[in-house]
Amino acid sequence: MIGVEHYVVVSSILFVLGVLGIFLNRKNVIVLLMAIELILLAVNINLVAFSAFLHDLTGQIFAMFVLTVAAGEAAVGLAILVIYFRGRGSIAVDDVNRMKG
Amino acid sequence: MIQTFAFYLFAVLTIASAAATILSRNPVHSVLFLILAFFNAAGLMMLTGAEFIAMLLIIVYVGAVAVLFLFVVMMLDIDFAELRAGFIKNFPLGMLVAVVLLAEMVLGIGAYKAGALNLGTPDGTAATPVGASNIEAIGGLMYSRYLFLFEAAGLILLVAMVGAIVLTHRQRGDTRGQKVSKQIARRPEEATVNVKPEVGKGVSL
Repeated sequence: MIGVEHYVVVSSILFVLGVLGIFLNRKNVIVLLMAIELILLAVNINLVAFSAFLHDLTGQIFAMFVLTVAAGEAAVGLAILVIYFRGRGSIAVDDVNRMKG
Repeated sequence: MIQTFAFYLFAVLTIASAAATILSRNPVHSVLFLILAFFNAAGLMMLTGAEFIAMLLIIVYVGAVAVLFLFVVMMLDIDFAELRAGFIKNFPLGMLVAVVLLAEMVLGIGAYKAGALNLGTPDGTAATPVGASNIEAIGGLMYSRYLFLFEAAGLILLVAMVGAIVLTHRQRGDTRGQKVSKQIARRPEEATVNVKPEVGKGVSL
């Protein structure tokens, strides 16, 4: 029998994988953004699972808001990436602290 | 039985493709694995009856965000081998943080199974209505109780769109663009003239 615990386990593994991805791909901003998307996906799975568990739709509505913010964040992040690449010719974030003004 | 099978299929595929996303050498493969992860997560949500969020996940992520990622990965000409240089160096620290996080979550879930804290039950204002479909119920709630939050979400999307356009737009000197202010400043009096030419004389323009 599949319970809410199974969903929580899946989403926590997904969350940990996202955090691990941030640490492993410190230089590659694109994979970094993808790892953030994975973390937000874990949050969404949690919200939906508990919404179904509690028979309360608020969780699903908030999952939709998380989705909205994630989409906006991806768009703005990739836009910043594109102008960073345009000015520098690379996307190595190691020297991103030179980006002054 | 079929639910159990479907759950484990979706769960294993979600986790495996998430791992492949952060570990694969080629970012294009990363994006494709991310799409697979989102697809299977949508399946997981579908199993709980959250059809709307599952469809939204597929439409918004697979249809928009993943394609945006793919577009940027392919548009930027980057030497990805060089970017992986710190992979081995960061591995111990990353594993340490991941293990600590996982241990904390195992502790949390174990504590939950031993007897959850009683934080109260939902007050029933957002309870799933009997007989209504998932989309109907979400729509009813979103356009009544969460209307202002919904509009704020629209505002966030607008700001993100304006920000992305402002960031990536660049003025190019070699193109002839539209001059909006000049177009708006134009009045009918100076745009048209009313003439009454004599026969055989013609008009000077």
